[in-house]
Amino acid sequence: MLKNQLSHLKPQATPFMEEMILNMGPQHPSTHGVLNFLIITDGEVIHQALPNVGYLHRGIEKLAEQTPYTTFIPFTDRIDYLSAMFANHVYVMAVETLANIEVPERGEYLRVIACELNRIASHLISTGALALDIGASTPFVHWIRERECINDIMEALCGARLTYSYMRVGGVSRDISQNIKDAVLKFLDHFEPIIDEYNRLISFNGIFIKRLANVAIISQVDAVNFGLVGPNLRGSGIEMDIRRAIPYGVYDRFDFKIPIGLGFQGTLGDSYDRYFVRILEMKESCSIVRQALETLPPGDIRTKIKRNLKIRENECYTCVESARGEMGIYLVSDGSDRPYRLKIKTGSFTAMSIVEKISQGLMVADLIALIGSLDVVAPEIDR
Amino acid sequence: MKNYADQLFRFLFQAPVETSSYALIWYGLFIFLVAGALLFFAANFAGITSFVERRIAARIQSRIGPNVVGPQGILQWVADGIKLLLKEDLIPDRADRFLFRTAPYFVFSGLFTAFVALPFGFGIVAADLNIGIYYIFAVTSLVVVGIIMGGWSSNSKWAMFGALRSAAQIISYEIPTALSLIPVILLTGSLSTQDIIKSQGGMPWNWNIFHSPFTLACFIIFFISALAEGNRIPFDLPEAESELVSGYNTEYSGFRFLVFPMAEWANLWVIGAMVSLTYLGGWQIPFVSIETLSGSPWLILLSVAVFAGKTSLVVFFIIQIRWTLPRVRVDQMTLVCWTYLAPVCLASIIGTMIWMLVFPWESMAGFVIRVIMSGIGAGAVIFYIMRIRYNYLSGKAAYEKMKGIPLWYPFWRLP
Repeated sequence: MLKNQLSHLKPQATPFMEEMILNMGPQHPSTHGVLNFLIITDGEVIHQALPNVGYLHRGIEKLAEQTPYTTFIPFTDRIDYLSAMFANHVYVMAVETLANIEVPERGEYLRVIACELNRIASHLISTGALALDIGASTPFVHWIRERECINDIMEALCGARLTYSYMRVGGVSRDISQNIKDAVLKFLDHFEPIIDEYNRLISFNGIFIKRLANVAIISQVDAVNFGLVGPNLRGSGIEMDIRRAIPYGVYDRFDFKIPIGLGFQGTLGDSYDRYFVRILEMKESCSIVRQALETLPPGDIRTKIKRNLKIRENECYTCVESARGEMGIYLVSDGSDRPYRLKIKTGSFTAMSIVEKISQGLMVADLIALIGSLDVVAPEIDR
Repeated sequence: MKNYADQLFRFLFQAPVETSSYALIWYGLFIFLVAGALLFFAANFAGITSFVERRIAARIQSRIGPNVVGPQGILQWVADGIKLLLKEDLIPDRADRFLFRTAPYFVFSGLFTAFVALPFGFGIVAADLNIGIYYIFAVTSLVVVGIIMGGWSSNSKWAMFGALRSAAQIISYEIPTALSLIPVILLTGSLSTQDIIKSQGGMPWNWNIFHSPFTLACFIIFFISALAEGNRIPFDLPEAESELVSGYNTEYSGFRFLVFPMAEWANLWVIGAMVSLTYLGGWQIPFVSIETLSGSPWLILLSVAVFAGKTSLVVFFIIQIRWTLPRVRVDQMTLVCWTYLAPVCLASIIGTMIWMLVFPWESMAGFVIRVIMSGIGAGAVIFYIMRIRYNYLSGKAAYEKMKGIPLWYPFWRLP
């Protein structure tokens, strides 16, 4: 199959140049997991880069068909280990929509708090890893230090640091205590100035800007045509956020901006825009968490549901704005206690599709920056 | 070094070496002694620097770093070295076995022969060659031959990329490195490392760096080019671990692998020593003239300490840069070299010549300009230190507020 893929590329090579096929990955430091790129290069210049996904396929969608509705939640953590909360959220939302379950208001607020904290944690890894790919190792470690604070909060809130399984069908698993509330506020007070410090360290560094600005530009048309979502789409200057466009939960009650790429240091839609949109989004997330904590209503955190949840024949599509863009679940029920079909749509997978188009003419080092700025996470691509 | 050999012989055997029939054997033995001492120094410096770098990096990244092996982890490099020595020496399938095996020797010899002409203090230099600087450039270029051989013979595309990048980088940066030292040679009229230091003075305004704005520019260019020649961030393209896995040494293991990082760390001393001897006054002690210096062994020891101190400061600065900056891209690297560094260098050479005519070194105007220039330099250093202090304190306060415990361990501990 690989040979067939490559055979149509051969005529593209100019006759006097010897092209080289370079296998980047699955074991490579900068592919963010097991990912393979088949790169056809002339020296350092890429003629074509073919993403070869599927190395981390675990059949989560198939597993869902064997698993009762409520017991599938821990599997959703493994869809995207950096932002497990969103996969939790979208799955329970799908089940709630199908089963017509009302979530108490306090539960919705807790979901927002947990999700936005998780978004910060995920963007910390994403922006830090991009800096690491560019060659600066210090920002990543600093961000890991900040993420540790979020992990501690999450551990207190959900009992887990990475694979949260915090959401339940009908609400969330645990209530937030005053101690955790204080810890979250303390963290936000601490974190917001740290973003500026981080910007001084790396975002406005001359070499960093040179490496990212005007590199791998994704135009607005391309971004829409290739189905980019989330920060990658907003980096191209399109103001599209599921939280605002198709409000779910209680997101319509909060006041937050949607940062979009403006060509901060170069062209609109370059790698730097995608990077900086994430930095700005972290600030917005901080403000959302603050608002949610201020207006946290009292009450139940979870509605009681039947132990053996059975859903009549129906289907639905729900989506949330995950850290990597729209994460959607298409769920079909057939009246039994487990899904008939579950399809997960993730942002990383669509982001991979544009690599082939954008990478033509880039250098190998730029491809690393492109992958880093698209913020792909291998398990999310393959599920 | 010959006079030291003579003196040692006289001290040991109570007879002048010229009359002895064993003169040749004695000199031969002495050469081996000196070579052994240099090798001992370079290897140990490389090892200790690896530890120091890791500790500095840890402090920059708010980690602790290696602190288990020996007191404060100071023997970590010994443990690492032994571990690598005991590892299997793998040679990849279908690699060019001969070139693969010989490449580390080129890297090793290219770097360690540079120590021959490097001074360590007043009169303490293995060979005071009259072409000292030229010699150092010539032999350190051998390193790139080893890198290309290693990268090419590995039969790996990543290693090949690293080797070719290294070739492009060294060829580009040889030019600004060499050109940026020409003002020094103009000022001194000699290529000998000892003569270059002797022509400067102990106080900052007697250093070459502050002679004129042109020499200051050349100093900065020399420092940048030396970073590029030493494969340090922001120019560590041949090794770019996030792009090329590990670059030219991807396929190496065991002791052959050890040679590459060891040469890199030993190269730090070469860079630091070159910078301090050409521009920062070398081993010159303030308020001590060369005549008094030559008379007293204690002052000579002090000059060794001064030189080592200056070199260590430069090395520290290089390490700090490495853990702060990202890496440039390969085309940007050559672009910087050919569009900024080389032309500025050429302009600076002409500028220095004119400056030497207009404001001679001994003249009052020249002295005043040098003092003003050194004041600017001191201001830059103070700004740099205050900036670090500000960042340190703000980060410390933020972390203590968050966690309630101090982030940094007390600073009387090792770096």
